[in-house]
Amino acid sequence: MSEKRLLSANEAIAQAAYCADCRVAAAYPGTPSTEVMENIARFHGEINCEWSVNEKVAMEIAIGASLAGVRSLVAMKHVGLNVAMDPLMTFTHMGAVGGMVIINADDPGMHSSQNEQDNRSLAKFARCLLFEPSDSQEAFDMTVAAFELSEKFHVPAIVRTTTRTAHTSTVVDTGDCQRGAVEPIAYVKDPQRNVAIPAFARRMRFSVEKRMEALRELSEASAFNRAEPGEGDVGIVTSGVAYSYVKEVFPDIPVFKVGLCFPPPLEKIRAFAAPLQRLVVVEESDPVLAEQIRAAGIPALEPKTELRMMELNPSRLATLREELLGTTPPVAAPPQSGIPIRPPVLCAGCSHRGPFYILSKLKATVCGDIGCYTLGSAAPLSGMDTCVCMGASIGSAIGMRKAFGPDKRIAAVIGDSTFFHSGITGMLDAAYNKVPVAILVLDNRITAMTGHQENPGSGHTLLGEISTEVRVADLARACGIQHVREVEAYDLAVLEAAFKEALDCGEPAVVVVRGPCVLHAGYRGGAALTVDEDACTACGACFRLGCPAIIRGADKDGTGKRFKSHIDPQACIGCTLCAQVCRFNAISPLPE
Amino acid sequence: MSESIFPATAFNVSLVGVGGQGILLTSDILALAAMNAGYDVKKSEIHGMSQRGGSVISQVRFGEKIYSPIIPDGASDVLVSFERLEALRWLHLAKPDAKVLVNNLNLAPITVSSGQQPPVADEQARLAARTGLLLLDAVSLAREAGNLRTANVALVGALATFTPIAKEHWQTALQTRVPSTFLAVNQKAFELGYRAMS
Repeated sequence: MSEKRLLSANEAIAQAAYCADCRVAAAYPGTPSTEVMENIARFHGEINCEWSVNEKVAMEIAIGASLAGVRSLVAMKHVGLNVAMDPLMTFTHMGAVGGMVIINADDPGMHSSQNEQDNRSLAKFARCLLFEPSDSQEAFDMTVAAFELSEKFHVPAIVRTTTRTAHTSTVVDTGDCQRGAVEPIAYVKDPQRNVAIPAFARRMRFSVEKRMEALRELSEASAFNRAEPGEGDVGIVTSGVAYSYVKEVFPDIPVFKVGLCFPPPLEKIRAFAAPLQRLVVVEESDPVLAEQIRAAGIPALEPKTELRMMELNPSRLATLREELLGTTPPVAAPPQSGIPIRPPVLCAGCSHRGPFYILSKLKATVCGDIGCYTLGSAAPLSGMDTCVCMGASIGSAIGMRKAFGPDKRIAAVIGDSTFFHSGITGMLDAAYNKVPVAILVLDNRITAMTGHQENPGSGHTLLGEISTEVRVADLARACGIQHVREVEAYDLAVLEAAFKEALDCGEPAVVVVRGPCVLHAGYRGGAALTVDEDACTACGACFRLGCPAIIRGADKDGTGKRFKSHIDPQACIGCTLCAQVCRFNAISPLPE
Repeated sequence: MSESIFPATAFNVSLVGVGGQGILLTSDILALAAMNAGYDVKKSEIHGMSQRGGSVISQVRFGEKIYSPIIPDGASDVLVSFERLEALRWLHLAKPDAKVLVNNLNLAPITVSSGQQPPVADEQARLAARTGLLLLDAVSLAREAGNLRTANVALVGALATFTPIAKEHWQTALQTRVPSTFLAVNQKAFELGYRAMS
């Protein structure tokens, strides 16, 4: 039955995977892609799905399923594809058997990412098919088409969303769901096709180029690539969410919408450009289409309006319109001045707060990692020196030790899910090469930042089934680390002793700091705490914990410089860290 | 040609506040109500880092045909803020003649409560100077409804009065989106918010 629903692109993709007979799906959580797998899990009886340990494993699972003859899907955020490129680059030589779709969510403007990268370049690099939906309806239609075309042309297909498409809900007509229409392809053992050794890979390399010719013809014929008529002699080529801004701001001019983005339909674009005086390519992030269009000898002008970095929006395109057509953009009132920022913070009672407080106190150089605990880098905790990518804390701590020599306290701080994702190899390197770094694993037994997904340490799978609960300390010992300690997160004296020992022991050391995520586990330390205003000297020690439950109280001497503290009893969960740092015994639990 | 930029055919609502205040549920209900009423709808929100007590914004546009999911600055017909400071932060999103519906609540950000940045001393006065301002004590309405967590739905009720969407579509959206065990108390909160503006 045809039915209109309000779906995000992530939800629409999950629905499309079901309707297109996807049978195996794997993903590692990452904003803004996470909800793809969370929604696929609703079809778990018919789609075998999992949270994988990292994106490389997830990609390999999808590859294995495709080679076995069934349709498969893998989902990740943009930086996840960096991790998964190794299997992908060779798989594109071999080619898909069952249709295989890669959902890749870019994050222009870095709403919740460590970098900005345009993965359309990676589709070109890997010679995959690339679809770029503008809204949820297209995310649905293109995902269905991606499965079919991947299977037909034996090529993995990437559907590239961005934060704005992934997290925008639009009206979707999912049509008549055809689940059950596509049967698995019978498996045939074929080493010449599926074993990438040099002798076979050379042959594969030629077949890739032959396949590219067929894909170029496909792109020229695809209905996802279309010209929309308009007036005047200026035309725009656009793709993805940028199309929606173009239609908003340039409703009147000719537009060429590229939906099947790689390989691009260059002959169709050439025909579109022919009657125009000026052609502009409006795409979010890198000039991926523009460069290919120019390389084909189609002149596309380079506008002065900056469109390359950060998210596009209608206001930025209004500036482009002024440049191209001389239209005066609407003037909006400026934002109010002097509004204090409201950054995200570690929650009241978060088990990550104590470790960063102690690391600051011990003046350690801290190589951080990706997760909620990256918030420990912000003032007043200021507990982090570096943060690069998933798992980089340990490798970069090793590098710092080699650069600095023995006299500095160097710590790697990494969360449990990130540790399982790509920290284990770094730890093994420290053990093997006997590099004295303190590896502090903040273990809250969940993947918290992306919204509480299960991981190998949580004891549960995506579907909530009981599973092996991997212990970090056991892994560390198995890798050859001698100095392994496990401590609880909420006793600052214990944390300080354990960290000092690990930082100063002169050998690779692992300290597992255990404390459940307060948002997920509903952890309560005990009664909420309260400040005795008479005993409080306004020394400010508790403020340095950066706890959102500790708020500014009375002005101590009326000068507006020193304030006593006050604890919001609604927000406090009784972790007692503030009572531990107070030297004047001014903080104690409220009577129950 | 300038009249063709940012067409007036779309009805634009920006919803802002602090992570954890129920903004995403509120924008869900609005978007569903608009779809029920037969409009094309886009609802855009940014989550991720904003979940940890940060500033949150969600935008809903509806009309005959909606392209951009982002509302241009200064083009919101209604600005709904769940908190006073966030209302000031996002005031520039509203049209000069927009309705500015503000929950009469102040939540100090960590930058202020920890003393890193000064509070906005004239917060109340700046808001009061804004035309179209409607301060609503949604927490009191939620208390009256019987559950403090329904403050966001009381705001939905108030918001409903400023849109061209008929009340029945809101009620259907509420039924779709709110678990049945909490439906009655949420319906009451909606009604209280609706009447507060009528």
